[in-house]
Amino acid sequence: MDIVQDQTAAATVPGASTPAPAGEPAARVVTRDVSVFYGQKQALFDVSIDIPDRSVTSFIGPSGCGKSTFLRCINRMNDTIDGCRVSGIVELDGEDINRPDLDVVELRARVGMVFQKPNPFPKSIYQNVAYGPRIHGMTRNKAELDEIVVTSLKRAGLFEEVKDRLDQPGTGLSGGQQQRLCIARAIATRPEVLLMDEPCSALDPIATAIIEELIDELRENFTIVIVTHSMQQAARVSQKTAFFHLGKLIETGDTEQIFTNPRHEKTQDYITGRFG
Amino acid sequence: MVQHRSEHIVSSYEEELTHLTRHIIEMGGMVEQAINEATSALVRVDHDLAQIVIQNDKDIDKKQRGLDEMAVSMIARRQPMASDLRRIVASIHVATDLERIGDMAKSIARRTLQISDQHISPQLYSGVRHMSDLVLTQVSAALQNVTALEVDEAIRICEKDEEVDALYMSLFREFLTYMMEDPRNITDCTHLLFCAKNLERAGDHATNIVEAAYYIQTGANLIDEIEIRKERR
Ligand SMILES: Nc1ncnc2c1ncn2[C@@H]1O[C@H](COP(=O)(O)OP(=O)(O)OP(=O)(O)O)[C@@H](O)[C@H]1O
Ligand SMILES: [Mg+2]
Repeated sequence: MDIVQDQTAAATVPGASTPAPAGEPAARVVTRDVSVFYGQKQALFDVSIDIPDRSVTSFIGPSGCGKSTFLRCINRMNDTIDGCRVSGIVELDGEDINRPDLDVVELRARVGMVFQKPNPFPKSIYQNVAYGPRIHGMTRNKAELDEIVVTSLKRAGLFEEVKDRLDQPGTGLSGGQQQRLCIARAIATRPEVLLMDEPCSALDPIATAIIEELIDELRENFTIVIVTHSMQQAARVSQKTAFFHLGKLIETGDTEQIFTNPRHEKTQDYITGRFG
Repeated sequence: MVQHRSEHIVSSYEEELTHLTRHIIEMGGMVEQAINEATSALVRVDHDLAQIVIQNDKDIDKKQRGLDEMAVSMIARRQPMASDLRRIVASIHVATDLERIGDMAKSIARRTLQISDQHISPQLYSGVRHMSDLVLTQVSAALQNVTALEVDEAIRICEKDEEVDALYMSLFREFLTYMMEDPRNITDCTHLLFCAKNLERAGDHATNIVEAAYYIQTGANLIDEIEIRKERR
């Protein structure tokens, strides 16, 4: 099977982060030949991709193709899974994130993650957002922490709805609000990259629209990677799209091109609903 | 460029896409008949037939509206992507072009009603008939490409449009000669000249249809492909 990729991922030498072509935003995350094994079973095969700065990249593909696995490579969440082994190179701003001496806690502050199911801590709304900045020692006093909590909630588009009950449990919010709370929590540590694994799959269309609007705003300041099963969502929110199939990256390209004229037949079959 | 024959998982979607193409082909058949009959009415100065052409144009318009509705409904319900999206959007274009060709036939029929008798040389009428036949082969070849694209054939159709244009120019000069020879010919010649112009425009719509067919299958622009081939030669 030939792998069709656009110039942004056309690097040949592993580990060499090539400068982005003119007009393209610089690559923030660069991976080369990333393979992942769960015990004996290989789940990802030589994935090389450049994820551009300050834009949204979506990962699409059939269930089990390795989207979540690959997403977890970007903040070393696979470390937490028993028997999971990652090979290849993952660079954040040119820095190898798999270096043994790298501080994983710090890495996860730089690369935030939002999951499919909203998972607020069983604490107050305030504490949920304050948690990250606090453990990373990002603030010197309560006033600064308050400031971060408020800004993060505002950015996540939740502040107006919760400003009078910041001390109430985050778990008492609606699903869509909980998801925005998790986003507020993820951006409170001012990450460079925000990973979102099916962030809207448990939400209704209105809550989804609010999150999508939010993603579009966050893109000004963050590099966002979103895994989604909704083709329409990928088409709506992302500038780049990567299609995975059976653990391989089949095609990456501008979202518009992928959804109007994909180069690879497998991509075409998948997005038009012809996958056998 | 991706072409494939595999079917949708959702068979009703597949059926709708097939239905859309069939609708286009049916509409194409109606339009070909309209051009053919309009030309016959003109060259025979057959007012009854001209009336029928004008009447039938309403059905062509209706057919186009039907296709529009079908396409809009599919976009709303199916959220088509990639080749499906191209097929649906381009079908709207093709139907518009076919409807315009139908209008050309109607214009010819309307002019026929204003021609009372053949004063001028039958040779001029046969020139228009010839042009009409050429345009008809263009239209039907174009429609063939909507169902199954043959890139070489598509390019040939586009290039052949130049023949239609050339034929129009030569008819134009002929008409001019007749008008200068005898000013009493001016009225009928003008009508005929406009009919020839209508046919020439119908030919342009045929090339639009070929371009749409090419876009459906490849997602690319046929004119670009023609340019690339010219450069290679
Ligand atoms: N913890 C694990 N242990 C063993 N195998 C795993 C584990 N997690 C994932 N896998 C396997 O790795 C492959 C990729 O899984 P992954 O969860 O990355 O897919 P995905 O594309 O995110 O799918 P989905 O769309 O269903 O979320 C699958 O075959 C899956 O069974
Ligand atoms: Mg997953």
